[in-house]
Order: sequence, then structure tokens, then C-alpha cells
Amino acid sequence: MDPRRTARTVSDPKVRQVGFFTPAAPPDRSASDLPRQQDPIQPKSPSSTQVNDHSTSGDSLSPVMIPPPHHHSDTVPRTALQVTSPKTAVSCSSRTVTVPTKNDGVPSSFSPGRKIVTVKSPSSYPGVKASTVPASELTTVSMVNLPSGISEKAGGASVEVQNDRPVSSKTLKEKTYKAERRALQEAQRAAKAAAKAEGTKASTAASKVMTSANTKPSKAAKTSSQKNDSSQVAASEKKIGERAPEKDRKKDAPHPRMQYDDTSRVEKAKKRAVVKQTEVRNRVELFRHLPQYEHGTQLPDLETKFFELDPMHPAVYEVGLQYLSGDIRGGNARCIAMFQAFKEAIKDYSTPPEKTLIRDLTARISSYVSFLIECRPLSVSMGNAIKFLKNRIAKLPLALSEPEAKATLTSDIDRFINEKIIIAEKVIVKHAVTKIRDGDVLLTYGASSAVEMILLHAHELGKQFRVVVVDSRPKLEGQLLLRRLVRKGLSCTYTHVNAVSCIMQEVTRAFLGASSVLSNGTVYSRVGTACVAMVAHAFRVPVLVCCEAYKFHERVQLDSICFNELGNPDAISRVHGREDISDLDGLVNRENLQLLNLVYDATPSDYVSMIITDYGMIPPTSVPVIVREYRTPVVLVSDSS
Amino acid sequence: MWWRSASFILDRQQEQNAAVPPNPESLLLSSPPPSMADSLQNPKPDISAYYQTRAAHHAVVTSDWLAQAHAAVSIQTDDDDSSVIDGKIAPAAGGRGGDKAFSVIDEFNSWRKQPDLAEAVAAIRALAAVIKASQATTMMELEIELKKASDSLKAWDTTSISLTAGCDLFIRYVTRTSALEYEDFNSARSRLIERAEKFGEISCKARRIIAMLCQDFIFDGCTILVHGFSRVVLEVLRTAAQNKKHFRVFCTEGRPDRTGLRLSNELAKLDVPVKLLIDSAVAYTMDEVDMVLVGADAIVESGGIINMMGTYQIALVSHSMNKPVYVAAESYKFARLYPLDQKDVGPALRTIDFGVPIPSKVEVEKSARDYTPPLYLTLLFTDLGVLTPSVVSDELIQLYL
Repeated sequence: MDPRRTARTVSDPKVRQVGFFTPAAPPDRSASDLPRQQDPIQPKSPSSTQVNDHSTSGDSLSPVMIPPPHHHSDTVPRTALQVTSPKTAVSCSSRTVTVPTKNDGVPSSFSPGRKIVTVKSPSSYPGVKASTVPASELTTVSMVNLPSGISEKAGGASVEVQNDRPVSSKTLKEKTYKAERRALQEAQRAAKAAAKAEGTKASTAASKVMTSANTKPSKAAKTSSQKNDSSQVAASEKKIGERAPEKDRKKDAPHPRMQYDDTSRVEKAKKRAVVKQTEVRNRVELFRHLPQYEHGTQLPDLETKFFELDPMHPAVYEVGLQYLSGDIRGGNARCIAMFQAFKEAIKDYSTPPEKTLIRDLTARISSYVSFLIECRPLSVSMGNAIKFLKNRIAKLPLALSEPEAKATLTSDIDRFINEKIIIAEKVIVKHAVTKIRDGDVLLTYGASSAVEMILLHAHELGKQFRVVVVDSRPKLEGQLLLRRLVRKGLSCTYTHVNAVSCIMQEVTRAFLGASSVLSNGTVYSRVGTACVAMVAHAFRVPVLVCCEAYKFHERVQLDSICFNELGNPDAISRVHGREDISDLDGLVNRENLQLLNLVYDATPSDYVSMIITDYGMIPPTSVPVIVREYRTPVVLVSDSS
Repeated sequence: MWWRSASFILDRQQEQNAAVPPNPESLLLSSPPPSMADSLQNPKPDISAYYQTRAAHHAVVTSDWLAQAHAAVSIQTDDDDSSVIDGKIAPAAGGRGGDKAFSVIDEFNSWRKQPDLAEAVAAIRALAAVIKASQATTMMELEIELKKASDSLKAWDTTSISLTAGCDLFIRYVTRTSALEYEDFNSARSRLIERAEKFGEISCKARRIIAMLCQDFIFDGCTILVHGFSRVVLEVLRTAAQNKKHFRVFCTEGRPDRTGLRLSNELAKLDVPVKLLIDSAVAYTMDEVDMVLVGADAIVESGGIINMMGTYQIALVSHSMNKPVYVAAESYKFARLYPLDQKDVGPALRTIDFGVPIPSKVEVEKSARDYTPPLYLTLLFTDLGVLTPSVVSDELIQLYL
């Protein structure tokens, strides 16, 4: 993510695009209504005219703040929401969304969307693994259950105020004139300084005000009295409280390298987060700055939020869930999936009135990205790809019409996938095959798509070689690779990383994949790669790292501590399929036990003989040259051999 | 038989499988040898032409070699004279007008015979002759023709890395120079020829530059270990001697060509104190040595060098004794090659004369060169400047990508 760009969008008052919040967290809902104003679906909703009636109903945007009256009709806006929600679902009904469900995960404060899903959810939730529920089924479910949800809701009107707010504020916004809005901005700015100190407090208070619609006027009064101020100031404070989290979100939300031991920032981030990841309690001291979550708990929760996250495109949502559940993994696969989702999103995108495509789409992509980050930290490949896309959006000529711009972007994305990933891999294969000779014993670790293609291609060329697939717990990714290799008739040896020093003496080449190559030549890859590379180096076996050039990054990293990803600690405390190994049962949450499941590690460049990339075979010392020379995203992959 | 892997049973199985063709498909793919036109076939494919030339130019002349050379010269003397002695271009251009059977390889060979001309330069000259002889009327045609010529040159002597590098470099120049596209064909063509002819001068100039750059590294009273015969190294030492530096040179013998003897002769003429070592005495004398200075047949992408056999072990010894290893080489020796280990470079074989008959059962390692990884090199003196090994790849990337 480019922080500078996000900062700029903050200063632009028009772009309030980002946001999708859970009603479960009080501070969030205050922020959530602002983004909803821009929701392109909302104006189309049939109820929008009706809502005009209570457009005055306590909205933050009116320059003179009137304490919001009680919402008489909750049903009207709710229908508005529910009319839209099936539409969203329909748009993704062609694909299958992985929506695992869990009955007991339903919090007591429910939303209509959540309710709908839980009614029909399968009874058992299978651990981390996602159960795939076709979206079409989901859609029908929501439609069938809709009336009951409404009827139920009509009675208990107090819970969901949030849903009607966007509609009213939207209509209000349409009404406000430019001058009014400017006055509003100024008021906000003036009040900002005062409110800053108690920003969060105020926001909480304000959100409380809005949460309980019944008691709202009184509470608002209470807040204002507490502040020893006129109600107007209180209102403006409240308004800032609403805005503040949004600003936070824009400023530092999607920062991929947030230090998770910085409690204040983590708090802020949490408020914004859609994906409520529960943090593991006992984190290893050295890795406290990295996010670590209890896996498996957030999926059902997220899935229920599907209909609340209006700005989130279903394709993006789907990909996010797949990241979360681990269905899509591997740098290339994740990157391609993300880009395909963005392509869908761009296809369905239409610029809201009073906005420019360049800015609005960038903001929207940012919001998608921050959602994806919440699901799983970005890989470097994805970071670079996003940078490319944003660059392309920013460089779109202003004169381009919307369909043209969208077509350009879609073709850009296609070209990126084709050139930087697919063709790049082919070029890598072509280079790498020259390093395989008859009689070689090739070692590979984990499952790298590039390495797999190399091995298969070399086999097709009739080279006589043997493959040693080294694997490790807990993911055992190598098994999949092994399966595909064996099926093609390669002669393979499968072993775990524990035995790597024994097997290494018969190996002649080690081919390793990489998640990223950093500019000091450090190879950032699946945990265990460094170990394999070091053993290979000790045995004088050349280590060849296969990595597409788009995964190169100008960052320098010396260890695998400061930037890494923490996996599910349960995965290492339990042995899959061996229930009898239960020595750690009940110990997991003990204060004096810290489980560390790292996902990546950094291999120093000393242990790497060669990096095979789409620009040829280079020594690890030349990575910065590639990074420098091919910074510009539009470079045709030239093959000059 | 020595088995490579611990699980040698597998190896043995594979061996047996290999004896019986494993599957027709793989056999098909692997078996057909690269066929080329008969005229392009190297007469003695198992012996590296490159190293033959080197031996001819730099080795100490033995009596039997002299006899062979005389025999060779007497056959070739007439056509050699025509192309080398009178001006370089005029007869070539004139003679070629009606000569349909122009062969780039003959051209290359005639250039190669000049002892002072590097192989890469010879290749470039040969390609320039292709341009001259070509009847192409567009740049595209010319490029295709050049490409063909360079491919056949490369195929003629696959062992010569400088030949390949020289061809690549020139092709790169032709395809890359954007100015060529805007000129009319004839002037572009003459520019290319001019450029190719300049390469000879460039190579001489490069040696001067390198010699100047090296002067800072040769200090009074130092002892330099030199391996093999390299024109650049000789130039460096000559310049140092001319600059009145006091230094001592240890020359290895350089078996089997004994190129070291030749170098010691040259140095003795310059009044530089020289000591000859047999190749196996390197480690013995290493503690006296202040620096190792070697040339290179090729500088590869990793930053390592490919050089005469024995360079690697000298580099290893000096690395373990913390002596700097300097390489002096012109930048046209940069090659887009990335050997991972010694056997990764195609072997360049040569005949080795042991003086006594060797029983046929005894195998002889005939490779003429080895690969020294960048880890063991300290600095490279090139006409681009004094480089660390890792810069080589940067330069190559900038040149070729």
C-alpha cells in the first residue's frame, strides 16, 4: 500500500468510500454510516424516496445539529437493505463462495444478514477447513428467510439502527449544497482539535447514542451535558467521533507492516477491521509485533457479514475468505486470484456521481486490499501487483470514458497476469532446464509452481533425473507436488526436512521456490527453505532459487523476525490424523507455553548460488539491478538468450 | 565403478534402464545429435579450437609443434598472405564481390591467426565481413543474415566462450543501436562495419586502460603470482615495469601448453625479476605472494571467471591464505553464462603431452579450463573500471536485457 496516496484521499472530503463494519463493535458503526453514503447500490433501492421523510433524523451531516429523534420506522430502511442484499448475492451466484458456517458462533446481537445465514447453516463446522456452500443456495436462503427476518425485526426495533442510516444520510447528502458542505467541513476541522484528545471516547459515546435508538435523544443530551457544552458542539464532536475512525482507517489501516505490539495502533486497526481475528494469547516474545490469530473462529463470523459489507465486491469477498481458509495459497495463486477478483470488481464498477473514476476506484481498490490484508497479510507479490494496478489507475488519461477506462484496466490486469506470471514462469523454466543434466538428483522443498513446471518440463525433454521432494509439517505442501510428479512418471523420493542432511549427499542441485526476493539477495520463502539452503550449501550443492521478477522487492531484510507471518499455532501443537498424540492438550493456553508457527523465513544470499528469474539467471547480488531497471511496471518480458 | 549416491541401487537401476531404452519418447528427444551443415563442421570436434589457437600463439614452441606448424603454414601460406598482410579490408572486399562461397568461418579463422587479436575481436571482424559481403538491402535482412552467421560461428567452436560472447555483443550492438533505424541502409551498414573494425582498436585500448587501472594495485616490493599467459596481464606488468615499479613475478609453468614459460620470457625481456614455478608449487610459495593476477577466457554472469586450468586451485589456495586474487580482462569477455560448478561449463578438450606413452587404460583429464567462483575473486580489472565480481552481472543485465 502506498501510504502517501491514502493520505491524499483523506484530505479529499468527497471520498469517504472505505468502510464496512460489524454492528457487534460499537465504535465501528459510527464510522460505517459515512461510507455507506457512497454506496452505489443504495440510491437505486426502492425505499430511498420514502426515507426522505426522515432525512432529518439525527444525521451527522446537517450543519446545525439536531439531536436525532427516535426512528419510528425501522422496517422501511431494513427492507431497503434487504432488497439490495439479494442483488449482491445474485451477482456472485455463478461462482461458489466458500462460506463455512457454524452455529454456535452467532453472537447475541444479530443483524438480518447474519440471521439469515445462521438459520440454514449446516450444523457442524469443520475446523479451519472451509465448507463450500454454493452461493446460489445462499441466495435462495436469504430470500426465503427474508420476510421472517423482517417480521422479527419489526418488533425489536431497537437493535439495528445502523441499516437505515446510510439511506437517510445519502438522501441528506444529496440535499446538502456545496456551501453547506463546506461549512460543515470547517466546523469539523475546528472541532477536530478539541475532540482529538477524547476522540475515541467521544466516538464511543456517539456510537452508543446511535446504537440504542430508543434512548438516543436522552443519551445524546447526556453526552452533551457531560461535555459541558452546547448540544451543537456535542453533536459536532459526535460527528468527529464518527469520522475519526474512518480517517484512521485511511491513514494507517492497510499498512501491511503494522507493528502489532504497538497497542494503540492495534486498537485502532481492530476498530476498523471487518475480520474480527481473535488474537492468540501467548505469543512468542520475539514475534509480538506480528499479528497472530486464532484460526477458524472468524470464518463463520465473516460469512454472516457478507450482506453487510456492501462496498465489498462479492468476488473480492470470496477471495478474501479463500485466503482466510487457506484454500488459495502460494504467491502466484493468491496474486492471480486477487487480480481476477479485482477484474470482476472493476467490471461491475460504476463511478458514483460527483466523483472521478481515478480517485474513487483507487480508494475502492484500497478498501478491497485492506479487507484482503485483514484476511491474510499480503504477500510481496500481491503488494507489487497492487502497486502496478494503482499505478495504472492513476495514469489513466482523464479524457477516457468509463467503459474505456474499465476496459483498459481489465486488459492491463490480464496482461500483468500473462506477462509477469505465466510467461515469466515459462521463461524461468526455459532457463532452469539448461541446468538439469542427465543423472542429476534434484531436491526441492515444499511446493513451488515454478519448480514443478521445471521438473515436468525437464522430464518431457527426456532428461534422466531423480527428484527428492522435501516436505515439512504442518502444511505438507510437498505431498501435492509429489503426487503430480509421480503421476507424470518422474522418479521421486519423498522425505521430511528432518532428513535433509542425510539425503543431501546424493543431491546435485537444489531447486527452491520463493515468496519474494529482497534486494540484498535474501530469499524470503516458505519456512524451512533457509534450512534446506544452508544444508545444501554445506554439502556444496548449488542452490537455485526460482522466482518471477515481479516478486522482487526493494526492501532489505536481514532476518525472518521483523517481517513474517504467524500461522495457526494449533497446527503445530496437533498432529493431523494422530489424535492419540495429545501431549499438548489443555496446555495451549498456559501462560508459560508459547507456540510459534512461522510461515516464512529468510535465506541469506550467501546460501543461494543463483536466482532464476524471467530476466535470466542472475546471482543474488544482482537483484537490486533488476529491481532498479524494471521498476516501471510496463516492461515487456524480453527474452534475449 | 564409483556410485554417486548412497542409494546406489537406484542409480544402478537407472543405468540398466538406460541400457534398455526406457521409453521411446525420451529416447527420441535425447538421442538425435545436433546436426549442422557439413561445411560448418569443425574438423576436430573433440579438441577445442580455441585452446589450439591459444597454444599456437602463447605456448612455448616445442620441436614437434614447430614441425607441425611448418607443415600447416606451408599449406596455408598463400591464402594467409592475401588476407592478413596487405590491408585488411581492401582485398577482402574486392575478392568477395564475385566469390559466392563466402564462409564466415574461414573469415573468422583467418582473423584468428593474428596473435595479437583476441578471439572475440576476430569474431566481430568476421561478422563485419559478413556485412560487407551481404547483399541484403534492408536492415532486417542484414540482421537475419548476421544472426545466421553468428550461429554458425558459435556452432563451429562451441568451446570458445569469447567467440560466443563476441558474436552476441556485436549482434546486440546491431539490434540495439536505435540510431541505425533512422539512417538509410547504406550508411547504417557502413557504420556497422566501421564499428566492427574499431573493435580491434578497442581491444588494444582496453588493455591500455586496464594496465593503467592496475597500477594503483601494484606496489613497490610486491610479489605477484601469475598463471598462464594473458595479453592483458602482460600489458599490466609491462606498464608497471615501465613505471619503474619494483616487483617480482612468480610464473607458473602452465602445463601442458607451458604458457608460463612464454610469459617468463617476455618478462625477462623487460628486466622484471621472474621465478618459474611448477604448477604444483603454488601452495608452497603462496606465503611469499602478495597478490595473484590472472587473465580470463571469459567472465561469467556470476562474476566468476573461466580461465586456464589451474586458476581455480590457485584462487582456492590464495583465498585460504587471504591473498587477493585480481583478474584482468577486457569487457568483451563478459559472457552470458552462469556455470554452477566445474562440469557445468562444456568441456574444452585438448591434447596433453606427457612425454611418455600413457597406457590406454589410464584416463586423462583433458579439459583446458576451469571455473573460478566469484567467492574467490577479489577484484576484476576491466576497461569499464575496477569491479567487484557482483558488478559483472549488473553490466551484463544492462547490456543484454
